[in-house]
Amino acid sequence: MGLRKMLDNLEHHFQEGGRFQKWYALFEVFDTFLYSPASVTKSTAHVRDGVDLKRIMITVWFAAFPAMFYGMYNLGVQSIGVMDAGQGVDSWHRWLIELLGGYDAGNLWHCLWFGAVFFLPIYIVTFLVGIAWEILFAIRRGHEVNEGFFVTSILFALTCPPDIPLWQVALGISFGVVIGKEIFGGTGKNFLNPALTGRAFLYFAYPAQMSGEAVWTAIDGHTGATPLAVAASDGMAALQQQWSWVDSFMGAVPGSIGETSTAAILLGGVLLLLTRIASWRIIAGVMLGMVALSTLFNLIGSDTNPAFAMPWYWHLVTGGFAFGMVFMATDPVSAAMTDTGKWLFGALIGVMTVLIRVVNPAFPEGIMLAILFANLFAPLIDHFVVQANIKRRLARVQ
Amino acid sequence: MEHYLSLFVRSIFIENMALAFFLGMCTFLAISKKIQPALGLGIAVTVVLTITVPANYLIHAYLLKEGALAWAGLPEVDLSFLGLLSYIGVIAAIVQILEMFLDKFVPALYNALGIFLPLITVNCAILGASLFMVERDYNLAESAVYGAGSGVGWALAIVALAGIREKLKYSDIPQGLQGLGITFMAAGLMSLGFMSFGGIDI
Repeated sequence: MGLRKMLDNLEHHFQEGGRFQKWYALFEVFDTFLYSPASVTKSTAHVRDGVDLKRIMITVWFAAFPAMFYGMYNLGVQSIGVMDAGQGVDSWHRWLIELLGGYDAGNLWHCLWFGAVFFLPIYIVTFLVGIAWEILFAIRRGHEVNEGFFVTSILFALTCPPDIPLWQVALGISFGVVIGKEIFGGTGKNFLNPALTGRAFLYFAYPAQMSGEAVWTAIDGHTGATPLAVAASDGMAALQQQWSWVDSFMGAVPGSIGETSTAAILLGGVLLLLTRIASWRIIAGVMLGMVALSTLFNLIGSDTNPAFAMPWYWHLVTGGFAFGMVFMATDPVSAAMTDTGKWLFGALIGVMTVLIRVVNPAFPEGIMLAILFANLFAPLIDHFVVQANIKRRLARVQ
Repeated sequence: MEHYLSLFVRSIFIENMALAFFLGMCTFLAISKKIQPALGLGIAVTVVLTITVPANYLIHAYLLKEGALAWAGLPEVDLSFLGLLSYIGVIAAIVQILEMFLDKFVPALYNALGIFLPLITVNCAILGASLFMVERDYNLAESAVYGAGSGVGWALAIVALAGIREKLKYSDIPQGLQGLGITFMAAGLMSLGFMSFGGIDI
């Protein structure tokens, strides 16, 4: 308990009137990182639960781990498979790869380490830049630094393509944290998902580094389309020729780092559903909306647009659909709050995703924009659900 | 039929007046504090747009366009320089008539809309739709569909913004950004969300 005592001895410096009172937020971060806060609710009429914001956020962070580890491994497999021992990789990346691994595509450790050499810098930059903004705002505005950033940072890093320049990562997370969250007052006060806001900003600001065919492996000069892009341009037959459904479900396809493996994402999703952190209504709504519209498109068919023929079980395993559905759509802050509203909110995401994927030739992937779009309408959906409730109850009274 | 449907959808989502062209911003920002008035204003804008765009089409096609006065025996006259003046005049007149009509026959809606109704006269989304109609050479049916679609799109945007602002009441916004500042930010972020439709060609 020496550390506890040391922190207690230091605390008065950071409190009101102390020498470092400006830096209280920083002290508080360090303290609550190590120990759970001793303050408890004193008044009556409170629901007591072991789950607090910190535990929720850490659980979501943890739930993203399968997708993250598989993503790193898969990045290694995808990149090493097409490269010529170290060609097309920056010298500092190469130095790191050769430090602990090599270029053997059959070797699990080599693949994992290769992926880590590309993913970890992205994650570290995301984390450091984001936390710097968080602390700056916390100190200036006098609120606490929130654990929510753990989730934002890992979700943002996992949706980046592996080839992204690190300065763009810093810019994107800055936009997401500052404009998407902090100017509204921090965690719980924003109306858009901060990780997605940053991702969308990068997507529109630097489309060359965020989409296309050259960004999905870590190798310069190698081009390889994602399954969704293949399906949109050449149709289902070409897609199935290149990858089987099981490949796509397990995640052995090119794509953003964390989004490729539906299996790993669903593993995290099960954890979130069991702990009741993610709303099953939203996930079910997204699935239903997606299945309904993609089936409708299958039935309509089209001679000119091959994406019409894509069945729902392929929509599920390609692109970022599963990742968005499990981790992004269920963000409790920016989603709808009411139970009926959650169904509607989810369905809107599912429908919009398929609509953008199939009808919009400009964007092969739609889940990111669909979730942002649904975030805009979430408060409105809630409003009308609440109004309908009030009306129904009033009618019962009279 | 399909052509009109796609024009309608395009004018609601892809070429959204408020979020793609940033037209009608003053009322968009000012009357979006609560959902109910925002909805009323949205409906009023939709009605006015649906009437004024085809009305201005008639003025443009039969009075102002080069050669439009051929029916009066003046085929070489070109009055298109009077366009801006005539359109805004037509809009003002129609809003006035609509106001009198509502006052007489639908007083409930008239009272609900209050000051917003005359304000619509100077809403740039309304004039913008007429000018787009001229620029894009729509015919009568197309301009009616376009007017209705732009109105619905604008109404959708303002109601969504009102929903967001009702939610933002519980936010802790830095002092310098409170009020209009954060509304501008929210409108910009909404526009980012509406980018999902950019590039759809229907």
